Amino acid sequence: MSEKVLMKGNEAIGEAALRADCKCFFGYPITPQTEISAYMAKKMPTMGRVFLQAESEIAAIHMIYGAAGTGVRCMTSSSSPGISLKAEGISYIAGAELPCVIINIVRGGPGLGGIQPAQSDYFQATKGGAHGDFHMPVFAPSSIQEMVDLIQEAFDVADQYRTPVMIMGDGMLGQMMEPVEFKESVSTRQLPEKTWAANGRNGRVNHNVINSLFLKSEALEEHNIHLQKKFDAITENETKYELMNTDNADLILVAYGTTARICKNVIKLAKAQGINLGLIRPITLWPYPAAAFDATIGNTKFGYLAVEMSMGQMVEDVRLSVEGRKPVHFYGRSGGMIPAPEDILNKVMEIVGGNK
Amino acid sequence: MENNREILFKPTSGLLDVPTHYCPGCTHGVIHRLIGEVMEELDIVDKTIGVAPVGCSVLAYDYFACDMFEAAHGRAPAVATGIKRANPDKIVFTYQGDGDLAAIGTAEAVHVAARGEKIVTIFVNNCIYGMTGGQMAPTTLPGQKTETSPYGRDVATQGYPIRFSEMVAQLDGSYYIERVSVDKVAGVAKTKKAIKKAFQNAIDGKGYNLVEVLSICPTNWGLNTEESLGWLRENMIPYYPLGVKKDLSKEEAK
Repeated sequence: MSEKVLMKGNEAIGEAALRADCKCFFGYPITPQTEISAYMAKKMPTMGRVFLQAESEIAAIHMIYGAAGTGVRCMTSSSSPGISLKAEGISYIAGAELPCVIINIVRGGPGLGGIQPAQSDYFQATKGGAHGDFHMPVFAPSSIQEMVDLIQEAFDVADQYRTPVMIMGDGMLGQMMEPVEFKESVSTRQLPEKTWAANGRNGRVNHNVINSLFLKSEALEEHNIHLQKKFDAITENETKYELMNTDNADLILVAYGTTARICKNVIKLAKAQGINLGLIRPITLWPYPAAAFDATIGNTKFGYLAVEMSMGQMVEDVRLSVEGRKPVHFYGRSGGMIPAPEDILNKVMEIVGGNK
Repeated sequence: MENNREILFKPTSGLLDVPTHYCPGCTHGVIHRLIGEVMEELDIVDKTIGVAPVGCSVLAYDYFACDMFEAAHGRAPAVATGIKRANPDKIVFTYQGDGDLAAIGTAEAVHVAARGEKIVTIFVNNCIYGMTGGQMAPTTLPGQKTETSPYGRDVATQGYPIRFSEMVAQLDGSYYIERVSVDKVAGVAKTKKAIKKAFQNAIDGKGYNLVEVLSICPTNWGLNTEESLGWLRENMIPYYPLGVKKDLSKEEAK
C-alpha cells in the first residue's frame, strides 16, 4: 500500500512518468516547468533510462519522434513559448501516429509573455496548434493527485490510439506542493503490440517506415479519414469531465484546472448568499465534454458562466456545446493574474443577482 | 556453360528492388548504392535504422532495405539522436542534403556532433536546392547562379557558403569527418571506403561520424551529366577541398 508524500507538482509529474515506464525524456529548460527536467536528470540515469537536454524545444520534440518511432515510451515537457516551438514536431508525430506524452505547464502570453500561471494556450492545445487536420487528447488536471493519475492514463491512451497526448497544467499546478499518492495502475486496457515500430528489422520480412508524407492526394485523404475515425473513437471513449451540483442550479460555472478549484470555493460562497451554483469541470479539453451540457441544459436557470485564466478561449467550446439553448457568460483574468473567488462571485451576482 | 558463369555484379540487399525518382544523371543513386553495399558487407541491414531528410532524397525511406524514418526538414540529427539513445545497440544513420543539414537544420547538425552521438551522417552537397527547383543553398558558391541568386551569389548581400565538414571537425564531439566526391570512379571507390569506415566506427561505438559527398545536380545546374562532373571538379573541389578533416581513430592508434 503506497502512502501519501508531499511533492511539488512538477516533480510529481516526473515521478508519475517514471512509474508509467517512461524510458526516455528529452527537454529544454523553461520556467515554470524546469523542475521536471531536473527531476528526470537526477533519477533516470540511475535507472538505466535516457535523460537528454536538447539544444532546443524543436530538437527535443524531434528526439521524441525518433524514440517514439522505435516503440519506447517517452515524454517531453515545456511551457507555452516552448510548445510553440514544438508545434512542428507535434504535427509530424500526429501525422506519423506516434504515441508520446507532452507536458505543457502554461504561462501567460502572447510572445515571451510572463512566467505566471495562465490558461491562454487552450486554443493552441485543442485546435491543433500546428499545421494539418489533427487533434490530440488534452488532459487538464486540477490537482497534483489528478495530474499524477492522468499521466499513467496519458501513456495508455497514447499507446492505445497511437497519438500524442498533452497534459496541460499551469504554473500554479507545476509550482505548488500537495500530498500525493502514487497508486498502482488499475488500467484494464488491452494495449496493442507495437508491430509498426521501426526499431531494426531483426529478421522481420519487410522494413518498417515512420512517415507522415503522402504525395498522392488520394492517399493523403485516405490517411486523414483514417485519423478522423481515430479521433471519433477517442471522442466516444475517452471524454472525461466532472459534474458538481448541477441538478438544480441558478447558474452553472464551467472551468478546468486551477480555475475549477477556485470555482469550487465560489460555489460555497454563493450558497451562503442563497445562490445555487453548479460546476462543469472538463478533464479532457479535447475531446471537449459536450455531453455535460446536454445533460445539464434543463437544470440551469441563467445558463453557463465560463471562468478562465485567459481573455476567453474555452468559452467558444461552451457556446458550441450549448448551441444557443441557454445564455453563455464569460469571466476571465489573464497575464498571470489568478481570479479571486470574490471576483467570480461578483460576476455571478451580476448575472443572477437582480433576478434572484 | 550457364552454370559456370560467375556473378560479378548484382543488386545489393541494402536497397529494395524499386525504381527511384531521381533525375537522369543525378548521383544520389550512386550514393544510395554505396550505403546499401556497405550495410550488406557489414551485415547490418537487420539492425540499422536510417533517417531520410526533406529535399531531393525525401523518398529515400522507400529505397533503403533497413527500417527507416522520414524526418521533418533539418531535424534528422535530432530524430536519429532519439532513435540511438533509445536503442544503443542499433546502427543509426542520417542522409541529408545541404539545405537540410547546413541551413534549416544547422543547430541540430552542430549539436549532434557536439554530443558525439555514435551515429553516421551522409551529407550530400550539390550546392543547390534541387527538390524545390534550384534555389540558393547554404553551400552555393560565390557567384553561382540559382533561381534565388539569378545574378550570381553576391557575398555582400547573400553571405558566404558554409564549409560544414571543417566546421564540425572543430568540435570535440566529432570523431571522423571526411569529404569525398563521386565525380569519377576512383572517387566513388574512395566514397565507399569512407562510408564503410563511418559505419564501422558506429558499430564500434565511435562517433560522431560525417561523410560529406560532393554531388552533382544536372537538372538545376542546367548542364548535362558530363559538364556537371566537370563543373564539380573545377568549381566545387577548390572551394570544398577533399580529404579527411578529422580522424580520432588515427590519434587513438598512436
